Amino acid sequence: MTELEAGSTTAPRRSRPLSPHLQVYKLMLTFVMSGFHRISGAVLYFGMLLIAWWLIAAASGPNAYANFEWFMGSLIGRLVLFGYTWALLHHLLGGIRHLIWDLGLGFEPAEREFLALATIVGSISLTLIVWVVGYLAMGGPR
Amino acid sequence: MKGTQMRTPMRRVRGLGAAHTGTQDFWHQRLTSVAGIPLCIALVIIVVALLGRSHAAVVQILGSPIVAIIMLLFIINTVYHMWIGMQEIIIDYVHEDKLKLATLLGNTFFCFAIGFASAFAILKLSFGV
Repeated sequence: MTELEAGSTTAPRRSRPLSPHLQVYKLMLTFVMSGFHRISGAVLYFGMLLIAWWLIAAASGPNAYANFEWFMGSLIGRLVLFGYTWALLHHLLGGIRHLIWDLGLGFEPAEREFLALATIVGSISLTLIVWVVGYLAMGGPR
Repeated sequence: MKGTQMRTPMRRVRGLGAAHTGTQDFWHQRLTSVAGIPLCIALVIIVVALLGRSHAAVVQILGSPIVAIIMLLFIINTVYHMWIGMQEIIIDYVHEDKLKLATLLGNTFFCFAIGFASAFAILKLSFGV
């Protein structure tokens, strides 16, 4: 019995050293863009509810579609749609960056920095362009 | 080294690893990401083209074969891509067994529900009634 007790796991275990985690690293653009890619992916995951709502509303009839249009036309709706647009375009560009890496290209320090910068600058620019084009298509802001 | 080999020769030959599916999810995530590039661009164009249009016009355009086919491809491709992606996030951050099981199940249910509901809506717009 004493042998069993000695070998049991109830004895307090000495805390062991942990490897350094996220907070010990300098905040780099490449690292932030890596996080943004996952976060934008998660945002788009729930954003699919909007796409589903849009399609179901259109299929349901004029009243359901009017409700959808009312929400998307509201300030909150527009903010949500703007965020969705940015998340989509950011995830799109970030995904292309990952595909470039999958081909074994773009791993040099300067190339990595360029790709990270191109992702964020590109996604913000494209979002603004899409919204300007969108407002022009509707005949100006309203 | 020979004495330390825990895996049977068959397991090594199959090369499927601990998840039993090998690199299938990794590969399918790349496959759907490549397909997603033109499909996402198409989605943005379709949405911008439909802004401010009446319900009747939206129904007519969304139900036209080319637009409906593109939207169906977008939906199917996206729900598969996001199913793999969310599964990866859950496996990374959720370590408690029951919660992990529940969130993995929830992920599958959510993706199936979104996919079928959206696909049904597109088909209804296309075929009418």
